[in-house]
Amino acid sequence: MTYSPHTDADRARMLDAIGVASVDDLFADIPASVRASDWDLPPSLSEQEVRAELARLAGRNRIPDVSFLGAGVYRHLIPSVVGEVIGRSEFATAYTPYQPEVSQGTLQSIYEFQSLICELTGMEVATASHYDGATATAEAALMACRLTRRSRVAVSAGVNPDYRRVLETYCSGPGIEVVTVPIDLADGGSGTTSLEPLADDVACLVAAQPNFYGQIEPMRELATVAHDAGAQLVAVVEPTSLALLEPPGAYGADLVAAEGQPLGIPASFGGPYVGLMAARMASVRQMPGRLVGATRDGSGRKGYVLTLQAREQHIRREKAASNICTNQALMALAATAYLSAVGPQGLREVAELSMTQARHLVAAMEEAGVGVRRFGGSYFAEVAMRVPDAARRHAALAEQGIVAGYLAERDAPEMQDTLVLATTELTTDDDIARLVSALEATR
Amino acid sequence: MSYPDDLAYSREHEWVRMDGSRATIGITSFAADELGDIVFVELPEVGASLKQFSAFGVVESVKAVSDLLAPISGEVVEVNEALRDAPELINSDPFGDGWIAVVEVADASETDALMDATAYGQETA
Repeated sequence: MTYSPHTDADRARMLDAIGVASVDDLFADIPASVRASDWDLPPSLSEQEVRAELARLAGRNRIPDVSFLGAGVYRHLIPSVVGEVIGRSEFATAYTPYQPEVSQGTLQSIYEFQSLICELTGMEVATASHYDGATATAEAALMACRLTRRSRVAVSAGVNPDYRRVLETYCSGPGIEVVTVPIDLADGGSGTTSLEPLADDVACLVAAQPNFYGQIEPMRELATVAHDAGAQLVAVVEPTSLALLEPPGAYGADLVAAEGQPLGIPASFGGPYVGLMAARMASVRQMPGRLVGATRDGSGRKGYVLTLQAREQHIRREKAASNICTNQALMALAATAYLSAVGPQGLREVAELSMTQARHLVAAMEEAGVGVRRFGGSYFAEVAMRVPDAARRHAALAEQGIVAGYLAERDAPEMQDTLVLATTELTTDDDIARLVSALEATR
Repeated sequence: MSYPDDLAYSREHEWVRMDGSRATIGITSFAADELGDIVFVELPEVGASLKQFSAFGVVESVKAVSDLLAPISGEVVEVNEALRDAPELINSDPFGDGWIAVVEVADASETDALMDATAYGQETA
């Protein structure tokens, strides 16, 4: 079977029109050393054989019985209505439409998504989504550089290490220096009282609430630290926590970035997830990505349009606010359906239950003497526990189908013997008991 | 179309009004008409240094976004704050209330690279 609609004669005619001898000549600029020469592919398989092979590969996946792994991704109950809504064929695309006027339903759903994110964050404007929390964070930092016309980014070591790596990558092209602000090893918060040692060209301070170790950061103080240096505060938040914690708009955040996965999207390796970003209206022209606005048509009827497109790459080309404008419209729709289904009270209950289980976990571990809290200060639904010989026991428990959270020393050598454990409303008391007894058995 | 005689014009449709060592700069009525309704102007900061024919700001209309290219080099000493709330001044009065910035000129001889009103009129005819 051929997947190309073009015949050899079609190709010859096209090559002739542009004056090129062969298709290979189109790739002449790519050095031969990096071009694939010998594919060495096995013979093709029938559909039945492909199904069998994929089933065999899928069978190698190991689904843990019990998991306390969070580290940026959290398992929550996803109401069935979410799958029902995003499964509708009218919505089945990852893209916002390029002919928006004929897709009013899609645009309305995105407008509602933006409105929900604004409500959740207390900010004035939200984009129609990014790839994930890491890219949203990096885009927010670049946006702060454009707004302040400065070229240094300060990032707290309490920000997810994956996000910090993506931030480094994004900043490497435009030559923006990324400076890491260490966390205070006593209270687990971003231990900084001034950005002055970093000189006066810092565009923003990027800090997470709660941070990677679950700790509650003094965001109001961090906002002051940033603003005193003429910099912006980029708050990287966990959306469920916003049902209980002070919204970033209230503590002075200038930009908000978040991973939207906890809002109705399953935890899966590699996604798809959805990045959230929100800002103040005064900064809207430097926001990357798509925005949907509400308006009225010639007859006075309410309608939705893509707005402020002059920021975008199809108009501004290389000078666009971002050249990664592909968003995650379907995942944004999942978040919209989720938030609409659970409502403000439901989200508060999710956050409260998640928090409560974290406290049960800490109590059970401390009572059994298998771990103690690594930091003082307060925490949300994820907690750093000091567990002797953590690496060995983490590996041993994984063999038994128990993921004992995240081994912090993987990214931070100074965090030896520390497990970062997450709980949600799906964490049962039995899960906690199994973790504790497995840790006891590996003492 | 005719243009004010006391200004110098660049091929990129900016104008300069020299006043001693200072120059007021803006975009021409031709550029404003071509762009259509202007909805936003990104102004330079006071203190920014402009280089002749390099970008120093952005003008956004309902149909296009264009860089503002400095017609002359120098340091920005004043920007037209009124444009932040009323960018349409560029459409209504491009050579007057729609001015964009005042610069302390670095090298007045740079105006030699600009056109007078007659030449600019021919350029845009």
